[in-house]
Amino acid sequence: MEFEFYYIAMACIFGLFMAWGIGANDVANAMGTSVGSGAITIKQAVIIAAIFEFAGAFLAGGQVTKTIRKGIIDAELLSGTPDLLIFGMLAALLAAGIWLFVASRHGWPVSTTHSIVGAIVGFAAVGIGVDAVKWGKVGSIVMSWVVSPAIAGIISYWLFRSVQKFILNTDDPLANAKKYVPVYIFMAGFIIALVTMFKGLKHVGLDLTTLQSYSMAVLVGLIIMVLGIIAIRRIKIDPSADRDFHFANVEKVFAVLMVVTACGMAFAHGSNDVANAIGPVAAIISIVDSGGQIGQKSILPVWVLLLGGGGIVAGLLMYGRRVIATVGKHITDLTPSRGFACELSAATTVVIASGTGLPISTTHTLVGAVLGVGLARGIGALNMNVVRTIFLSWIVTLPAGAIMSIVFFFTLKGIFS
Amino acid sequence: MARTTISSLFGSSPVRPLQQHMESVQECVVVLVPFFEAALKGDWAEAKKQQKLISKLERQADKLKRNLRLHLPKSLFMPVSRRDLLEVLRMQDNVANKAKDVAGLITGRKMSFPEAVSTKMLDFVKRCIDASKQAQKAINELDELVETGFGGSEIKLVQEMITTLDEIESDTDRMQIKIRAELFKLEKDLPPVDVMFMYKVLDWIGDLGDLSQRVGSRLELLLAR
Repeated sequence: MEFEFYYIAMACIFGLFMAWGIGANDVANAMGTSVGSGAITIKQAVIIAAIFEFAGAFLAGGQVTKTIRKGIIDAELLSGTPDLLIFGMLAALLAAGIWLFVASRHGWPVSTTHSIVGAIVGFAAVGIGVDAVKWGKVGSIVMSWVVSPAIAGIISYWLFRSVQKFILNTDDPLANAKKYVPVYIFMAGFIIALVTMFKGLKHVGLDLTTLQSYSMAVLVGLIIMVLGIIAIRRIKIDPSADRDFHFANVEKVFAVLMVVTACGMAFAHGSNDVANAIGPVAAIISIVDSGGQIGQKSILPVWVLLLGGGGIVAGLLMYGRRVIATVGKHITDLTPSRGFACELSAATTVVIASGTGLPISTTHTLVGAVLGVGLARGIGALNMNVVRTIFLSWIVTLPAGAIMSIVFFFTLKGIFS
Repeated sequence: MARTTISSLFGSSPVRPLQQHMESVQECVVVLVPFFEAALKGDWAEAKKQQKLISKLERQADKLKRNLRLHLPKSLFMPVSRRDLLEVLRMQDNVANKAKDVAGLITGRKMSFPEAVSTKMLDFVKRCIDASKQAQKAINELDELVETGFGGSEIKLVQEMITTLDEIESDTDRMQIKIRAELFKLEKDLPPVDVMFMYKVLDWIGDLGDLSQRVGSRLELLLAR
């Protein structure tokens, strides 16, 4: 372990690069729906994203980080040669980072999650041995990539159907919107708070019982709901706006809800995607810290989560706002009454996955949620080619990440040992 | 900048273009009123001018139709069936086509109608235009229908509109029968070829109402799934 400092420095730089890329590109998919629906401006989106991506990464990013760090590779096999794991994790970071950089330059729809998982599996299977990969765990991760968009789709379908039943298809949609939108606001706050309390807060020194978690979540939900009610009261209802389109004022009420779900979406995205950048960093640090011991039960250093959250925010501020603006421009057909259903169901699915430690793709989950609302006849036109492109990108991304990380792995091995 | 996964997921909704097409069709059809007023007076210079305007507006509607068709790839997932939507579009376009045909035939043959039927003819034309106007009104509810996800009171509203459209169309049928009866009484004193074409023009004007009604019934099909 003679190059300890270099290992950690490189890990941090590569990890920061990945986090920056997530902030620059990925966040736009999560935030663009809110901007496109007109519920929030780009500036507000950037502020919300900066705060809640960071909060999500810091408060709820631990579980997925653990999975990336030690869930995919059976580290026991490497107890004699910790250097190999370090090289591998560095190679995986570099491979995923470069692949994402190239892909986003060309506009290919790739997922950070798939890149990093492909890269880790790649170096482990080829560089170390097929047995080094925990295939059962990898299998469940891959399953979650199929299941998560489906679950988000089912939730959003029923969520939107409930909106139709209780609000849109009633005789007085505006009165019912004012009545029921706070309930949805409560749901959004409650669910995200609950999952965070259950899974996230141990490493910040808060260890809550089940009852405490539930009551805290209810409290958080209620506080957000009261704020929402105040905001809804302050909306200026303009009857003349309803002359052309009878639902203009109803959508204004939903816009309040969408501010809440935008926060939830950013939080969820941060909680799941930060691990893609810092999971490998955390693995390297824990090996170096324990003096080459692998499998040591070390907890995740808090500063690593801060690094990931900070990297995402930096990417967002430097480059992400432009991407958010472009995404927003293309999805103006998504009104707040649908946008919130998409975001709430995607955020719920992603936060639950974060709590269980499953690295999933936020973007694909959101696509599933949008299709769910589409199935409830809620969206003017959806381009189904995207679904094909997503499957195609899986087929390309996994091997691409894997092959590149194998190359980097052997290169690093050649240089340092 | 390349589009991201989420932004490429959203296609452009066909609702607004469909409404714009109907708007353009209606613009074209209403010109039939000044056209008939001029033609019945025998003011062919004015009639010719109006007929040219009708042709121009019909071409404009055609352009919108083609544009919309080009932007409806099969991969688009919509709350309504693509086939039914294209069928509504075709029906709308037929209304404008028919208006152009009527104006073209009358101008081409410099047709004059007997005093006894001419005011009734004008009323008949106006009533048929009422039908297309009602069809347009129903089409204009499509964005609200999408907003509510095709349910509830909005569906009822549109169905009422379509019922009204049916009533207007029955009205035009009755008017057509009356004018035909009138013409039948006069026909032996008129040049036979001219009379033949008068019946033809009557038929075509009646078609305006029929086709407008069909826009409505296609819309109804669109709603049911």
